[in-house]
Amino acid sequence: MSNTSTVNTTPSGVLKNGLRRKMKIRLSWIPVLAALAILILMLIGGQVHFGSFITPAMLSSLLVDNAYLVVLAAGMTFVILSGGIDLSVGAVMAFTGMLAAKLLSVGVPVAVVIPLMLLAGALFGTLIGVLVHFFDVQPFIASLTGMFLARGLCFVISLEAIQVQNPFVLRLQSAQLNVGSWYITPTGIIALVVIVVAAWVLSYTRFGRTVYAIGGSEQSARLMGLSVARSKILVYVVSGVCAGIAGLILTSYTAAGYGGNGVGTELDTIAAVVIGGTLLTGGSGYLVGSLVGVFVYGVIKVLIIYMGADASWERITIGILLLVFVVVQRFIVARANRN
Amino acid sequence: MEAEPVLEITAAELRFAGEFALDAVNFRLFAGEVHSLMGENGAGKSTLIRAFTGALRLESGKIQLQGHAVEFPNPAAAQLAGISTVYQEIDVLPNLTVAENIMLGREPRRFGFIDWKRMRTSAAEALSVLGVDIDPASRLSSHRLATQQMVAIARAISADVKVLVLDEPTSSLDQDEVAELFRVIRELKARGVAILFVSHFLEQVYEICDRITVLRNGRLVGEYLTPQLLRIDLIQKMLGSNSDRIDILNAKQSPPMDRDGKRVILRARGIAKRARLPITDLEVFEGELLGLAGLLGSGRTELARLLVGVDVIEVGELTIDGVRRRFRKPRQALNIGLAYSSENRRSEGIITELTLRENINLALQAERGWFRRIPQLRQEELTASWIEALDIRPTNPEGLAGHLSGGNQQKLILARLLALAPRLIALDEPTRGIDIGAKIEIQHLITDLADAGLAVIFISAELEEVLRVAHRILVLRDRQIVATVNPNVATIEMLLSLVAKVEDDE
Repeated sequence: MSNTSTVNTTPSGVLKNGLRRKMKIRLSWIPVLAALAILILMLIGGQVHFGSFITPAMLSSLLVDNAYLVVLAAGMTFVILSGGIDLSVGAVMAFTGMLAAKLLSVGVPVAVVIPLMLLAGALFGTLIGVLVHFFDVQPFIASLTGMFLARGLCFVISLEAIQVQNPFVLRLQSAQLNVGSWYITPTGIIALVVIVVAAWVLSYTRFGRTVYAIGGSEQSARLMGLSVARSKILVYVVSGVCAGIAGLILTSYTAAGYGGNGVGTELDTIAAVVIGGTLLTGGSGYLVGSLVGVFVYGVIKVLIIYMGADASWERITIGILLLVFVVVQRFIVARANRN
Repeated sequence: MEAEPVLEITAAELRFAGEFALDAVNFRLFAGEVHSLMGENGAGKSTLIRAFTGALRLESGKIQLQGHAVEFPNPAAAQLAGISTVYQEIDVLPNLTVAENIMLGREPRRFGFIDWKRMRTSAAEALSVLGVDIDPASRLSSHRLATQQMVAIARAISADVKVLVLDEPTSSLDQDEVAELFRVIRELKARGVAILFVSHFLEQVYEICDRITVLRNGRLVGEYLTPQLLRIDLIQKMLGSNSDRIDILNAKQSPPMDRDGKRVILRARGIAKRARLPITDLEVFEGELLGLAGLLGSGRTELARLLVGVDVIEVGELTIDGVRRRFRKPRQALNIGLAYSSENRRSEGIITELTLRENINLALQAERGWFRRIPQLRQEELTASWIEALDIRPTNPEGLAGHLSGGNQQKLILARLLALAPRLIALDEPTRGIDIGAKIEIQHLITDLADAGLAVIFISAELEEVLRVAHRILVLRDRQIVATVNPNVATIEMLLSLVAKVEDDE
């Protein structure tokens, strides 16, 4: 694999290099392509088994029903790429939703509430980021702290669910844009926008490349003069803001703020990101993979419903899939290292 | 060439834990020159480099870049000022592309976003200066280590570089790659870059460097023009001449060893480990104190580790007591009586957070496994007897090992290994960094052990120590055994010349 020679090559050599380049890019895309393959296999399998499985309605519902997870996965991808982890996203999502529901119920205008949700998410992210970088706390523990804090604050606001009746918020979910049998909601659009922006940031900004750099080798990144401290904190802020957006989406979806929302959602998020091909060790992975990962998760849920099986089979299937992916990832990494 | 130096450091001082890492050191780098910083471990080379590359702050002293006084609060500031460092395998990002590794931090932008096309072009330009033709869009990890190093150098020179520091750049390179690197260095030299070449490979230093600065124990020994410094003088300056040391008049010179009737404990035939050690043969006799002499990087540690089963032998065979052995883990070697004491006392020797008692009983307990715990009373007996036998201080068996001085830590490690009643023990730099009194103690200890029948492989950079203690000396140079020396007829000068390959001085 390492015959791209060091000394001057002929024009034909440069051409060969170009071809090899395409092959090399494919090597790093394998995890994402594998996830895509699994997704397609499951869709086909469902179609074969149930008849009308792949319908525009079902595919549309994949995005719309899982929009909150798409946004969470986007944020989580940043964190995992940098070599960290964020266990607080489920709780922060619930908290921002609760906060919104409470504020809306006492008459605070929507135009103020939504920015506040994002700010709350950002604050939690900053707290976690500061703990991780300046206090050298392991990301697992730091984000666990955030999780407990956010969850507790949920119930401080209210022990019971708070209905949301604000028309704008509700319309985010209820307003459907139909194109034939396909449909999408504003929440779905928000999710797609988040994906596009996140992917762009990761590929075309110095911050994005620094995230990869930190995941690859933090020490090297620092020695190269990249702003490691700022980036390490910023990834958690990004994740927190995404949790805030997800909170908005979820509140709109359930028309309520509830402290029990999102329990365990952080684990679903991490599973989606890992299935999507991002290495837990950091430094490798693509954002679009996380989108695929969420869709895999969504299809599994639909399949379970179609099969009439108990909902707990969702978790079992995800668990098995995760195990397979982690093992496959290890093989790919081992092969790359041997080269 | 005697113009103004590009980089000048005057009276640099820095202390670590109360001890001088740098003591009134002066240092100069000139443009268009390759300069070498020489000194053994702990001489202060890396400390000095970290001081002017912004990774460390000097306590006192002045740094001047092109005549202006400067201070670098962090590595980024030093880089901005034109001082670039290429570390050994450290500052590259294998998971990113070649172009990113070269340009990230200075990447070309378009509307605020990264312009990938221009980034690749700029990277290609930097690579072409070095004569390296690889695809900038390829992942760095897909290239050989030598190529990755070239990329790191391309990064260093792609900015406006005035000083380029190469820290042990050739450790993982083969002959051709080294030649390639030297071509690049000469190219940069012609462009007026001041280059600092740090390496322990004497041959290479003499081939490429114009000037040599020698440090020892944190002090400046001197700055010399390469053609005017004989290898043998260089080594003497690095290691310190006899007159500097306290002369130990009553030092025990090991009597010649009578090998008749002594068994061969270990026989190695044709052993090798790729890139670490070429084909080697040797034998160690029962009760023999075999010294391995050589400079840093000559392969002494590598050889010792292969012999006692710490590293896996790839080629050749090892015979212990006439039985062919193949060790896959150190445990296997320990079980048949081969023990190893690493030169990194703190990280590969003692467990600083455990007590003396726990440290001493560790290997014994490991031998017995998880469930057959050594009874407390027995542990205490063992500990007490070893503390007394080796005179370990402070004597409290429940004291923490991390609080012991270097010499006592070494004795602790010895106690642990000796408690296993080994047949052969390899001691890697057992007296390094230890005060003279403890040094003598340990040397006596080792000779007594050999007298009692233990085979000892003894590694030390201090030639007169090896000369005094060993029964037989193997001299290593560039990872090969070049000579076998009888210490009773050899002199320090002889050893020095063997270690340094003095013919090239003429």
